[in-house]
Amino acid sequence: MNRQGRPTTPHAAANAASAGTITGNRGLLQEEALIFEQGEDGRTGVDLPDAPDVKDRLGGLRRAGRIGLPGLSEPQVIRHFVRLSQKNYSIDAGLYPLGSCTMKHNPRLNEKMARLPGLGDVHPLQPISTVQGALEVIDTLATWLKTLTGMPAVAMSPAAGAHGELCGLMAIRAALKARGDVRKRILAPESAHGTNPATAALCGYTVDPIPATADGRVDLDALQAKLGPDVAAIMLTNPNTCGLFERDIRKVADMVHKAGAFFYCDGANFNAIVGKVRPGDLGIDAMHINLHKTFSTPHGGGGPGSGPVVLSDSLKDFMPVPYVVHGKDGFTLIESGDAKSFGRMKGFHGQMGMFIRALAYMMSHGADGLKRVAEDSVLSANYVLASLKDIMSPSFEGPCMHEALFDDRFLKDTGVTTLDFAKAMIDEGYHPMTVYFPLVVHGAMLIEPTESESKDSVDTFVNTLRGLAEKAKAGGENLAMFQAAPQLTPRRRLDETRAARSPVLRWKPGSNGAPIDKAAAE
Amino acid sequence: MRYLGLTEADRGNMLETIGVSGIDALFKDVPAGALNPRLDLPPHQGELEVERAFAALAKKNVSPMDVPFFLGAGAYRHHIPAAVDHLIQRSEFLTSYTPYQPEISQGTLQYLFEFQTQVSMITGMEVANASMYDGATSAAEAVLMAQRITKRSKAVLSGGLHPHYRDTVATLMDQTDQPHVAAPVDLAGTEDLSTLIDDQTACVVVQNPSVFGQLRDLTSLAKACQAKGALLVVAVTEITSLGLITPPGAMGADIVVAEGQSIGVPLSFGGPYVGLFATREKFVRQMPGRLCGETVDQDGRRGFVLTLSAREQHIRREKATSNICTNSGLCALAFTIHMSLLGEAGLTRLAEINHGKAVQLAEKLSAMKGVAVVPQAFYNEFAITLPKPAAGIVEKLVEKKILGGVPGSRLFPGDKSLENVLLVTVTETNTEGDMDKLVAALKEVL
Repeated sequence: MNRQGRPTTPHAAANAASAGTITGNRGLLQEEALIFEQGEDGRTGVDLPDAPDVKDRLGGLRRAGRIGLPGLSEPQVIRHFVRLSQKNYSIDAGLYPLGSCTMKHNPRLNEKMARLPGLGDVHPLQPISTVQGALEVIDTLATWLKTLTGMPAVAMSPAAGAHGELCGLMAIRAALKARGDVRKRILAPESAHGTNPATAALCGYTVDPIPATADGRVDLDALQAKLGPDVAAIMLTNPNTCGLFERDIRKVADMVHKAGAFFYCDGANFNAIVGKVRPGDLGIDAMHINLHKTFSTPHGGGGPGSGPVVLSDSLKDFMPVPYVVHGKDGFTLIESGDAKSFGRMKGFHGQMGMFIRALAYMMSHGADGLKRVAEDSVLSANYVLASLKDIMSPSFEGPCMHEALFDDRFLKDTGVTTLDFAKAMIDEGYHPMTVYFPLVVHGAMLIEPTESESKDSVDTFVNTLRGLAEKAKAGGENLAMFQAAPQLTPRRRLDETRAARSPVLRWKPGSNGAPIDKAAAE
Repeated sequence: MRYLGLTEADRGNMLETIGVSGIDALFKDVPAGALNPRLDLPPHQGELEVERAFAALAKKNVSPMDVPFFLGAGAYRHHIPAAVDHLIQRSEFLTSYTPYQPEISQGTLQYLFEFQTQVSMITGMEVANASMYDGATSAAEAVLMAQRITKRSKAVLSGGLHPHYRDTVATLMDQTDQPHVAAPVDLAGTEDLSTLIDDQTACVVVQNPSVFGQLRDLTSLAKACQAKGALLVVAVTEITSLGLITPPGAMGADIVVAEGQSIGVPLSFGGPYVGLFATREKFVRQMPGRLCGETVDQDGRRGFVLTLSAREQHIRREKATSNICTNSGLCALAFTIHMSLLGEAGLTRLAEINHGKAVQLAEKLSAMKGVAVVPQAFYNEFAITLPKPAAGIVEKLVEKKILGGVPGSRLFPGDKSLENVLLVTVTETNTEGDMDKLVAALKEVL
């Protein structure tokens, strides 16, 4: 999740990385210059015909001077990006236990379907009669989402989870406005994703945190005390960011509704309950679904996402345009003219490429397979919890849902921090779990194995963590190993403080050259 | 189930390790009656069955590959080199997450740094972020950023702005009851926005070329903004245009927002696309979205990290510059690869071809009785006026197996003045034969 970017300043540690080669390469780990440091004029990676010989109609606005883009051949470009790719960890290469991110397998069938001629290449403004298949994809996916959540409506256009949150709050705001009820406060647990308060602020709401009980759930007494006529909604993640099911969720819904407020559920962790529990049966009013988590659309290095929002009867009239309806000649698209709709969230109709992938995933699993997804993801997380509870420190008693939360009590007095522990995992060939999130426990480590992993794979992972925990506790020379980690990666710990203090956000002509010399840099 | 990793034996062993008798014991916190609902959905299917279902859906659409095709209006059909799709499907790009652990994410981070550089260069700006959802959401974020910088609230929206951009901005501003003034629809490209700027104006948002194709020199508008302390936000929906025309940065723009789809990203019925966002260096700490920056590792070697995260929601929570938590990573990668393949010579040539072909079609259409090309200066897209409502003409062209353009009424429903307006786009994918077919068909249906 999103505390990974915690600023680090490297320890002054032994310079172990330079292998002393002439090139700076280390076998398959190859150094790769920026594309701007490689190109030359007169080279291109595309062959285009001559432009038609016409008198231009640019109104005197022809660009003066060079853009500055480098020229490269196709083989140069391919080599550049292949070398870059080899510096990335990926799900396809290994277990990726990033809690709250649901790094599950991304089926290649989905990629193939999204690229079919007639689906991947249709224009969003083609006449409606020429895109009936595209509208059917949206409508079918909507039906799956409504059925799986037990909700009557779904807004399909939000482009990501946070965009879905925005959609939900906009619908809530519109519903309150329609009944002449201006409210100013949003309640959200202290353990909420950072997007929740940021989204609330975008809608002009102030955010009031609700504390948790000792067992990691919403404190109902505190909630009751905070509810009042100015509360617009509660934003609650379920299963929550501690990996726990909010067992009092129906009571929460009743209390919130009694106060005239709405219940926004953050659906980031829907993977734990898909096919197993319908949020609509629990009393929610709105919930976004991250298609890139639960429904396997690729994370792609940080996007694109897709965040459809299911809506209750009390909110559905306010959903954004456009939306698909069944007309007399098949499907049609309502793009404007809906006076109740709160408006438009983005260009065109939503993340169609992600819809196709998600639908292919759902059809492949079916109702039976999706239920299995939830069960296996929860089973694996509890297995991790059970296998590590004697040597690491679980923050809460199980059972957990699809992710297991640990804190850093097991590292007490070792000198090893959560960050060091995570970095040591990298040298062992793993992407670390989510660290320092949620904020409600100290030095959090949130592990989500997902249903994609075999038992062997989870066992190897568990044994690695056990080995690292033992090393940390044994102390001695091991401390230096943790603090110097990672040592076997294309780059070692990076100086994030320096990056933020004097930002260099682009290459500039003249900045070509050898990698920055450390001595000169300091 | 081909995607699941556990066998029945594994499940039994794991439950035993956990110390529970069955899977539902792990769901004991779920309220009574809510567990295991009956779902009216089909069972799992093999690859072959799923492929058949999608092939059938695809056949219900008309593919632009099969007909002469002239649509644009914010989404453009361009040829994508084969290498682009190959490279973005590499596992290490496709199946990695946000580069929060930079030591094992240098591939993603370096291409984002290259992407930011390319976007800065073509827009003529100093810095760019690592991308937004799309052009329309970039425009909305630009307005919020201008409000933060100027401490003013009002946004003035050009009548030549794509209505999806206008509505996306308006919807977001309505949440906090911020004032916005949408200028009247400006088909001719003659509006003077300077009269709408006052001492409460945070920014003016103008699209170039306009949604009707009109290219304009924005230098004087930039000066008018500057004189009144407002920022100029320039939106570009067709990014290949900047291979040929003066970039917004050179005309005095403070923020440039753009749709990057034209470079490397398929039409895909409207998404996912890639929003570009560029500005001046002095505003960088007010920017929304992710930023990648250069630094060194502990051995002094150059490396890249996500930076200035003190602007972002996971650190700042309700005080963040935006709630955005993703970028459009894989689309930004496609953009970076395609732009790298094009290079200076390729992008320039591509833009020349687009413009040249558009001029050719404009000349053919102008020669037709009752048809007039609206913009004086344009790039690869222009509005034409027809003697009849354009929506009906477009339907008749469909019968002749031609996708002839976007009717003004699709974008501006209810606006009588645009009923006979058709937006026509020409790219390198159009042949002269396509253009002749369009002209011939129009002669028959007009």
